[in-house]
Amino acid sequence: MSISISPASEEAFVGQQFDDIEQQRDAAKLGMWIFLATEVLFFGGLFLGYTIYRFTYGHIFVEASRKLDVLIGGTNTAVLLISSLLMAFAVRAAKLDQRRALVGLLAGTAVLGCVFMSLKGVEYHKDYVDHLVPRMGFKWEGADPGNAELFYWIYFAMTGLHAIHVTVGIGIMLVLTLLAWLGKFSHGNHNTVEIAGLYWHFVDIVWVFLFPLLYLVGHR
Amino acid sequence: MEEVVQPKVYVRTCIALLVLLAVTWSIGYINLGPFNLIVALAVSIAKAIVIALFFMHIKGSSRILHLAAVAGVIWLLIMISLTLGDYISRGWVPLNH
Amino acid sequence: MNGTTPAPETMKSATELVVERPGEFARENYLSIHRGVRAWLLTKDHKRIGLLYLGTILIFFLIASVAAALMRIELLTPQPKLVTSETYNKLFTIHGVLMVWFFLIPSIPTVLGNFVLPMMIGARDVAFPKLNLMSWYIFVAGGALALWSLIRGGVDTGWTFYTPYSTTYANTHVISMAAGVFVAGFSTIVTGINFIVTTHKMRAPGLTWFRLPLFVWSLYATSLIMVLATPVLAITLALISVERFWGVGIFDPKLGGDPVLFQHLFWFYSHPAVYIMILPGMGVISELITCFSRKRIYGYAWVGSASMAIAILGFMVWGHHMFVSSQSVYAGMIFSILSFLVAVPSGIKVFNWTATLHKGSIHFATPMLYALGFIGLFTIGGLTGLFLAALAVDVHVHDTYFVIAHFHYIMVGGMVMAFMGGLHYWWPKISGRLYPEFAGKLAAMITFIGFNLTFFPQFILGYLGQPRRYHIYPPEFQIFHVLSTAGASVLGIGYLMPLIYFIWSWRRGRAAGPNPWRATGLEWQTSSPPPEHNFEQTPIVTGPPYSYSAEKDVDLNLASI
Repeated sequence: MSISISPASEEAFVGQQFDDIEQQRDAAKLGMWIFLATEVLFFGGLFLGYTIYRFTYGHIFVEASRKLDVLIGGTNTAVLLISSLLMAFAVRAAKLDQRRALVGLLAGTAVLGCVFMSLKGVEYHKDYVDHLVPRMGFKWEGADPGNAELFYWIYFAMTGLHAIHVTVGIGIMLVLTLLAWLGKFSHGNHNTVEIAGLYWHFVDIVWVFLFPLLYLVGHR
Repeated sequence: MEEVVQPKVYVRTCIALLVLLAVTWSIGYINLGPFNLIVALAVSIAKAIVIALFFMHIKGSSRILHLAAVAGVIWLLIMISLTLGDYISRGWVPLNH
Repeated sequence: MNGTTPAPETMKSATELVVERPGEFARENYLSIHRGVRAWLLTKDHKRIGLLYLGTILIFFLIASVAAALMRIELLTPQPKLVTSETYNKLFTIHGVLMVWFFLIPSIPTVLGNFVLPMMIGARDVAFPKLNLMSWYIFVAGGALALWSLIRGGVDTGWTFYTPYSTTYANTHVISMAAGVFVAGFSTIVTGINFIVTTHKMRAPGLTWFRLPLFVWSLYATSLIMVLATPVLAITLALISVERFWGVGIFDPKLGGDPVLFQHLFWFYSHPAVYIMILPGMGVISELITCFSRKRIYGYAWVGSASMAIAILGFMVWGHHMFVSSQSVYAGMIFSILSFLVAVPSGIKVFNWTATLHKGSIHFATPMLYALGFIGLFTIGGLTGLFLAALAVDVHVHDTYFVIAHFHYIMVGGMVMAFMGGLHYWWPKISGRLYPEFAGKLAAMITFIGFNLTFFPQFILGYLGQPRRYHIYPPEFQIFHVLSTAGASVLGIGYLMPLIYFIWSWRRGRAAGPNPWRATGLEWQTSSPPPEHNFEQTPIVTGPPYSYSAEKDVDLNLASI
């Protein structure tokens, strides 16, 4: 099932505070996972706001949600899921010391991230044209326009915060691509790629929740 | 000694995720009443677990990583449940004496 | 490591002990090895980063103290004399913001925690030294933003930033102040991650979880709160800033938003943050009480688990700040019960400390005076907290000086006393030198007297109905305000004295030697000041902590150094 790699010159990458590479890798992974727990609660504030207002203004949320473009939202979900596949393979390539594959996979992940952001941009523009942006020409024909505006405010806050995270992720991927091309991650020094991967997958998970919660509040 | 997973594990994971996406998406066009939300959340949770287990290698990692992975979620649930408890129970006291 | 053993019969107290036994000053140490400003600004040494933090938080402490002094002077008279209402609002805001986020929260964790945590667990450094340095730079950046906001005219929302005032009506620099706190929050998160990973992954061989010093347990519990609560504050401040900037937002009643939702989010962070501000202090007290009564801690596992219980339960009580908001009465009842529950682990700690004192061989050295002060003041602060957790009583004293007195007994009487105690206790390790013991004891007494004189009258004031955040009050309250201001002046002297003699002792103090207190922790098993990587050899731990023995009081040389 699994192939093991023998350590070549791994000890060269061990920080002075650590005893061996194992300790260093475990520490980095644990640190990243704790950071992700922090991120859960960072997004959590918005998820709480969403929950409370969806509980209070459920019907308006259903109405408002139907105006969002589910085709773009759904496609973007698929784009991120596939980017996560590339990222997982990138981590594998780093562990196996396959430099060319690593460069390609990291670049591919970054490209899919850009595809996601482009689609998001198209969608935001469409929202603007449809008068769905709060305070920027917002118009609502139905009842309770204030509550509908609240829904779109939350929509922009949640997707906006997520978009910031994707942008940061793309930046990280581009830097890692360059470093991988320079051969920085060879001979067992793959720690950075692995924890960057954890971040990327996390951003994917956030979107997995955002998609149904924002685009599919009720049935369409 | 680092270990790597067979490629087919990742491919299968991704296929499973895309199938789950198709499920959410299609459920969105059927009126299930409150179950629209429940099914959507259940599928999202399933997807998140699959990503964490296989892409993020929670499967086969140490217990402390499992703990770190669920801690954030548990704390989020504390925050949401106690706050929602307030909003649900606000209407309980009759204001007209 | 240390050859000089004093004759045991002549020892009466740890203080006298020191006098008879001049220690050795380690010439080769973390301070001497790399010199120059550049070396300090690029250091990855946890000990130097601790000192960078010490200098930085002292600046904020001074600014916030000046704000407090101005308020206390203004409050000498029932009618405004010194400042306008607007200025008064800005003064209590800057006092709160700087004291909470730029002094109390970083105080013990980033200064004493950074300095001694790796040494206590026998490590060469924290797990992520570069991140550690980065956290200091983030902190400085956050502080700079806050000061910039202050220079531009300050903020008048109070440290709580309540909506809709902060989002819609305040005409002050809310966004830059919120941005400062937001940025500083990330430095807290980074420190928290670093401490958790360090405690998990960097412990010396043989140092199992139940052999850890209790200070490590308390820092671990604190870090847990730091990483799980701070992000909620960050998103909340981001939300009010965006709402203020954009003109509409999720707390905006015009859209059907609920300002009380802000309070939920804010207190989900800020109540646990109270425990960030007291748990590390409790850890320090466990170290001091054991060392200066020469006894093992009574009920080690209980004290350690109590830290964890406080950290976890502390997340479920935030609604007790909202009893008089539109929060439902039923939620209020739940939060009230949970608040009473959190008193149980706090009580366990107090009882275990006092049980540790029982039949101990007590040495009234300066750190011990602070520790004993802590126990008394924390108990008063904690018990008055129970008054406030009771729904009906809270309606009466909510937003009065009773609340002010209550949390100052915890924050100042608790945390600052513990910080001072810890600073005195580890000063010989930090500087390699001893502070003057008599001046130390005097300062500790003055602090204790000044503190009580400042804040005890405020309990009475609040109970009689003086609301907080007002600078005009009925003349019959004047006597209490005058007492309080007098106390604040005494307290100020109590804080200035250590500043002076610490600076003096940095160069002039007598050499301390590796272990002037004959303490058992690993941090005392290396030279003072410690070498760059803490230990010549990684220590191996074979037994439980605090292996003091009160019966063999005179034979203090049992630390096997």
